[in-house]
Amino acid sequence: MNIHEYQAKELFEKFGVPTPKGDVANTAEEARKIAESFDSNLYAVKSQVHAGGRGKGTFKNGYQGGVQIVKTAAEVEEAAKNMIGEVLVTHQTGEEGKLVSKVMVADAVEIEKEYYLSILMDREHSCPVIVASTEGGMNIEDVAEETPELIHKEVIHPLAGLQAYEVRKLCKKLGLSGGTAKAFAKTLKSLMKLFIECDCDMVEINPLVTTPDGEVMALDAKFSFDDNALYRHPEIQALHDPSEEDPREVEAAKYDLNYIGLDGNIACLVNGAGLAMSTMDIIKHSGGEPANFLDVGGGATQEQVANAFKIICSDPNVKGILVNIFGGIMDCDVIAKGIVAASKEVNLEVPLVVRLEGNNVAAGKETLANSDVDLIAADDLADAAKKAVAAIS
Amino acid sequence: MAILVEEDTKILIQGITGGFGGRHAQLSLDYGTQVVAGVTPGKGGQMFADQVPIFDTVEEAVAETGATVSALFVPPPFAGDAILEGVDAGLDLVCAITEGIPVTDMMKVKAGMQGKKTRLIGPNCPGIVTPGTGENSHGGCRIGIAPGYIHKKGSIGVVSRSGTLTYEAVWQVTSMGLGQSTCVGIGGDPINGTSHLDVLKMFNDDPETEAIIMIGEIGGSAEEEAAAWAKENCDKPIAGFIAGATAPPGRRMGHAGAIVSGGMGTAEAKKAAMADAGIVVAETPSEMGAALKKAMG
Repeated sequence: MNIHEYQAKELFEKFGVPTPKGDVANTAEEARKIAESFDSNLYAVKSQVHAGGRGKGTFKNGYQGGVQIVKTAAEVEEAAKNMIGEVLVTHQTGEEGKLVSKVMVADAVEIEKEYYLSILMDREHSCPVIVASTEGGMNIEDVAEETPELIHKEVIHPLAGLQAYEVRKLCKKLGLSGGTAKAFAKTLKSLMKLFIECDCDMVEINPLVTTPDGEVMALDAKFSFDDNALYRHPEIQALHDPSEEDPREVEAAKYDLNYIGLDGNIACLVNGAGLAMSTMDIIKHSGGEPANFLDVGGGATQEQVANAFKIICSDPNVKGILVNIFGGIMDCDVIAKGIVAASKEVNLEVPLVVRLEGNNVAAGKETLANSDVDLIAADDLADAAKKAVAAIS
Repeated sequence: MAILVEEDTKILIQGITGGFGGRHAQLSLDYGTQVVAGVTPGKGGQMFADQVPIFDTVEEAVAETGATVSALFVPPPFAGDAILEGVDAGLDLVCAITEGIPVTDMMKVKAGMQGKKTRLIGPNCPGIVTPGTGENSHGGCRIGIAPGYIHKKGSIGVVSRSGTLTYEAVWQVTSMGLGQSTCVGIGGDPINGTSHLDVLKMFNDDPETEAIIMIGEIGGSAEEEAAAWAKENCDKPIAGFIAGATAPPGRRMGHAGAIVSGGMGTAEAKKAAMADAGIVVAETPSEMGAALKKAMG
């Protein structure tokens, strides 16, 4: 799960990670009031969408830049007016863009130097790893590729946690000393506490800046939380913004279905994550384009299958459907009944290819054969993919 | 011989009174597996299916029945504790089926297991099957949620992160008239107890295993590490498959660990590492059996 920048700022404040003064606004007038609430000669006005590349983005109304640096409260209001209620297109949003409904107004602090700082859960070491660099404000993957010697890592012990010497090592490598080093140490400790207590997968500050007064501040942040741990963080779950997600995915989540929307036109319905990924792969391999990833799980009910079917049929891009079920424990007849029930409800208009294998497969095939659902039966996965591609071309 | 578990291995089931755990405990009993105990705190003294005694603690279950392996179906908030209870009781193996355990819990569990004799398989895995010699491989040791009947006793070792892809591979092997020594699902989570590499080493040392199918998916670098080891050290032919070539970057594909991030963990890189190690890589899951045949020459 991801969150907005203003929500990240609120979390930082709670855990003691310093951020510039500011707040979030729903209207241009609110934005002006926030700017008037503190003294500054430079303000940042930032569109609140999950996508990156906001600064270089363009609004559909022609306004350039989803992040503006302005001098007065009146200019803050003007910038906010151009952003709120408008659609921002960045290199990460796709052509359709993202509707901006909030902006953050913040003190544009004087920057001495920009750094990069992140903590992520490292699967190789099975513990958190801190990544820091003097090359802040840049794409860290590019830095890692071009100047790997400027990326510094500390592997944190899973039980002992962050130690003072680890912070000292990083300060040395980043060239921080005196008051700035102390401020960095305090920031990093707060960030680590936040990372563990909120069950983060990753928290990234880019840039983390030092100011001429020796302060350290997080100017932008990206969070990713462990979905498995959300049950014990209702306060973080409350930060979830469904308007940032594909509506098909929001609908699928209601029925505990694992669905990810893609751009192709052959929808698939599969049991098991590995097999669902492979089904997408084999559609592509056979010359088609998958419209989605959909795992109905190992123990899906007839109702879940029916709902899954409705979701994929509601996608206007879908020109054909491939159902691939290896019923291990799952009864193939349950799947078959779900398909029959759903195709009656949705008034199926596209070709449907079904491959059933496994437990009680004979009964499942009989259920399908005896129904009046128009479908194409397939022997194995390769055969099913070929038939699905052929059926739509 | 097989790896990890034999036909006569005595297993206990943590979470045997839950709906999911109970259903699969029954299926294991039906398969002929030696399910000797169940553990559910607060339900000690009861019986499961009129034949399996239930205990409050793993320690008691081990002392009373001699169980050496646990199949764990405990819900995510309590699963970390349950794994460590199995470790404390000195089990040889804990196989955690549970899906959805928080990553920080697994981080602590894994650190807490350091230096202990217990091996962990999973979590978020389909389990382990060592097929038996009876009809439809009856009489084998089935730990977890795999369908027993698709197996056949034989000499192919199967290791995979995914459940249904394992079944797909097993079914192809069985349909070809070959069978399996042991099938191991290591699970789809980012932090797990046993890696592809660990299982490859076991198969390499197992005299009964003649060839191996290794199934991976996007995310992490476990497949690359296993392939690098196999290149220098594995004496047996290996066929491989990687799922997720078409998965969009930055998205978790069902499994918590199945994600391509920052250009790392792509299917392409994994396939290349496997091919470099002399592993015959199947282009589609339908071709896993054919790839195995090719690898075996």
